[in-house]
Amino acid sequence: MITEQPPPIRKILVDAPPTVAPGIAPPAGGHAATSGAAHHRRGEAGPERMTLQGLSVFYGENEAVKQVSLSIRLGEVLALIGPSGCGKTTLLRTLNRLTELTAGAQRGGTILLDGTDVDALEVTALRRRVAMVFQQPNPFPMSIFDNVAYALREQSRKRPGRSVLAPLVEDALRRAGLWDEVKDKLDAPALRLSGGQQQRLCIARAIATRPEVLLMDEPCSALDPRSTAVIEQLIGELRSDLAIVIVTHNMQQARRVGDKVAFMYLGDLVEYGPAEQIFDAPQAQRTRDYVRGVFG
Amino acid sequence: MLHRLRQPWSDRRAELTLGALACAVLLVIVLMVVFVANEAWPTFQHNGLRWLFPGGNVDTQINTMVNAGAKPPAADYHLRAWPLVWGTILTTGLAVVFGLIFALLASIFIVEFAPDRLRAIIVPVVRLLAAVPSVIYGLLGILVLVPFVGNHIISAHDKKSVEFIVQLSGASLLVAVVILTVMIVPIMIAICVDALYAVPRGWKEGAVALGVNRWRAMWTVSIRAARPAIIAAAVLACARALGEAIMLSMVSGSVGFAPNPFDGPRLFLLEPLRPLASTIVEDSESLQAPAVRSTVYAFALLLLFSSLLLSLAGYLAKQPMKKYGVRS
Amino acid sequence: MAVTASPRPAPGKQRPKRESMADWRWGDRIAYVLCWGAGLALCAIAALIMGYMAVRGLQYLKPSLLWSHPSGEVDQSDSGGFLDPIIGTILLTIIGIAIATPIAVAAAIWVVEYGRPSGLARMVESGIEVVAGTPDIVLAIFGLALFQHGLLGWMSFTAEGGAVFGRSFLTAGAMMSLIALPMVFGATREGLQSIPAHVREASYGLGKTKIATIRRVLLPAVRPNVSTGAALGMGRIAGDTAIVVILLGATLRLEKEGGVPGLDVLKGTGSTLTSYVYNNSPAGEGNAPEKAYAAAFVLLLLVVALNFTVDLIARRGAKTGLEGTRLGAGR
Ligand SMILES: Nc1ncnc2c1ncn2[C@@H]1O[C@H](COP(=O)(O)OP(=O)(O)O)[C@@H](O)[C@H]1O
Ligand SMILES: [Mg+2]
Repeated sequence: MITEQPPPIRKILVDAPPTVAPGIAPPAGGHAATSGAAHHRRGEAGPERMTLQGLSVFYGENEAVKQVSLSIRLGEVLALIGPSGCGKTTLLRTLNRLTELTAGAQRGGTILLDGTDVDALEVTALRRRVAMVFQQPNPFPMSIFDNVAYALREQSRKRPGRSVLAPLVEDALRRAGLWDEVKDKLDAPALRLSGGQQQRLCIARAIATRPEVLLMDEPCSALDPRSTAVIEQLIGELRSDLAIVIVTHNMQQARRVGDKVAFMYLGDLVEYGPAEQIFDAPQAQRTRDYVRGVFG
Repeated sequence: MLHRLRQPWSDRRAELTLGALACAVLLVIVLMVVFVANEAWPTFQHNGLRWLFPGGNVDTQINTMVNAGAKPPAADYHLRAWPLVWGTILTTGLAVVFGLIFALLASIFIVEFAPDRLRAIIVPVVRLLAAVPSVIYGLLGILVLVPFVGNHIISAHDKKSVEFIVQLSGASLLVAVVILTVMIVPIMIAICVDALYAVPRGWKEGAVALGVNRWRAMWTVSIRAARPAIIAAAVLACARALGEAIMLSMVSGSVGFAPNPFDGPRLFLLEPLRPLASTIVEDSESLQAPAVRSTVYAFALLLLFSSLLLSLAGYLAKQPMKKYGVRS
Repeated sequence: MAVTASPRPAPGKQRPKRESMADWRWGDRIAYVLCWGAGLALCAIAALIMGYMAVRGLQYLKPSLLWSHPSGEVDQSDSGGFLDPIIGTILLTIIGIAIATPIAVAAAIWVVEYGRPSGLARMVESGIEVVAGTPDIVLAIFGLALFQHGLLGWMSFTAEGGAVFGRSFLTAGAMMSLIALPMVFGATREGLQSIPAHVREASYGLGKTKIATIRRVLLPAVRPNVSTGAALGMGRIAGDTAIVVILLGATLRLEKEGGVPGLDVLKGTGSTLTSYVYNNSPAGEGNAPEKAYAAAFVLLLLVVALNFTVDLIARRGAKTGLEGTRLGAGR
């Protein structure tokens, strides 16, 4: 579907802070090789981008995430699975400190981004590096172009003109696999798009500023199977220059897109490992039951 | 009789009764337009549309009408109401512009930036300011602000420079606009705050998750999404300002004078005026004189149509935003 | 499942770094400061107004003012108090709300529960918005023309020649009801709309007719909303001046009209606290600022009380905790 793409451009065109950690070259080959069915798995993962150490989150007295330790690597897709209410969304939102918007939410433990405690980072700077796609597509009530250009505009100190933005917007839309569908109606309202297109637009909006980590909270739960397939393929293509965390409670999806899988249950991280291991040889009884569909 | 009332109503009868009561409201509006237009007719008959134009001293013209008695000659209907119309436009326009800016900033403060404790104070404060009757605003204006402006802001030099045109006493466009702004701001804040709270959380979180700071998220997404409500707020405030009679008759100086921007911004703001609504109150004592009566009803008709037009304008202004799926 | 609680965030740990304004654009920083300015200015204005009114009010308010009738003496020590205006305010508020509430509630029920033909229902809604947007002075002057019409002459004083005066508590109250009507309507409509459909369906399921459902289920459920709207509407009526000056005559004392006890007061003229303040300000004929301040203070207390009883009603409505959960009316 989106085979003839330009290779990812790592030039920072807007005067945002450089987003590539020194010494990390984008792994070659990720993009071109993903034209096939859904997925290709790389043998070894890249360097560690985010590290969670004993992370717990409280809503008042309710402990929604309990002492979770994980690592998220560049060029790797981490799939978070677990029955609903087990704290997946909460965990994800904690990674770019969105939980701080919720009154009464408290966090313990440490999250490191490239070795720096995220609490020591200025919160907007953190969120520029760790972008998020939500469960419900939430394009802004603006045109398609303005949606994708939104973060580019807001993150630069001077407002870049449309001529500067246009190639960046096009690139983001291409990478999100939406360009061919919307190239003739960039000025149409984003809310007129179908659900699947809206979600891809939100992905384009999130990756337009080239974040380092992309968090996706059940991005396909509101979508039809075809849009889901398109987005899964997209994840496969994006992984080469991003670290991706995707929440899903669809086991097949986790298996298709995930390199690593983490299984959560009632706030606990029960098991974490390569996808093959979790699905084919789970260690814990709960994981075994869950991936076999005994409960969920 | 009572017996029949106690019996359970049939649904059909209930629907008709309730519907009739509801439609009584429409009847009232029709009656209002008909009665007011009917009373206003003679003055338009004599003046045509030039009624609205500048020309002569409007206070003198009205005085002539008062003295004309029960059978006024046609010439006594002569009126050029421009200074009153201009006074209405000035007070309303300035108050709504300043009020809207102020209300937007205050609403954003309440919704986004105010610490919880301050928010718990400021919300009742808005309700309180909205509850204060206009006559109390007028009283404070005429007893506190007008003397202050008259004694400390207007200099002898100012008075002298326009001596032969108008007296400067302190009752002025400035005081009128300041108080009118305070009066209409609370309604606008109430509407804007509700609308900002109603902005879907996904939009705001979406913006914040892109690393946009709280002010920018508010300004670029929430305010944008709340535009229909903001327009509604401006329209409602405009209607309030347009119809404010009592307070303005107390603090505006009540002179049929059109403040002149070419006198320089300072004198312009210090000049007195009288809007249409205040003129109605003040001339309501002389309604036995047919010419006055017709003139006063013509003022009322003008206000009535302006407020109808405002409702319509507010409705139309919301339409283009529907295409973005913005809730109205 | 193990019930080992994780350690809470260590108290000694530094709070996460908040948003910093270091890289905000200048325009944004200015806007941020202006936001704070607007919020604080609002508090300051309210404090100044309330403080000044309290000082002046308490300075000039004597209990005797509340109990004595006003009179037209030039000497302020002889011109009496404002008992009549207080009675006038109460009377007019009651008349106004008594007319407005049934009509507004009926209209709201019709619009929400029946609403057919839907074009007409939408017209009624817009119509009420139009009434809400019509200046009170226009309503007043319209009322004067309307009630001077011979057919409606019974509502006010009629002179020997058959000329109808058009000014009375009844006529002023009728126009005041138009001020309160949109508020009661809005509050009731909101209450009705927040009742979920299954409540109605459950009632129909028991074999009740629509009107029985409205009377037994819906009306009790929206009573707090109606009361809220009515209290707000009463606040508006008590604070209105233009209609009083034009339609009530703003005579110093209550002037009775006709011989029928009770009706004579309603057909007669009078004044309210608002018109008393207006007339005693330098803009009016009385020009007695001290009396004006004292009456304005009483008026302010009354109106503020009416506006804040709303909180009591709302809290009482939610107190049982049932309305909110059962009817989904939680606000
Ligand atoms: N805003 C909130 N306030 C209080 N509790 C919440 C909030 N959000 C989530 N929770 C609770 O935290 C737990 C985890 O929720 P969530 O992270 O949304 O689970 P998941 O995404 O896995 O379905 C649940 O028990 C939920 O009730
Ligand atoms: Mg979730």
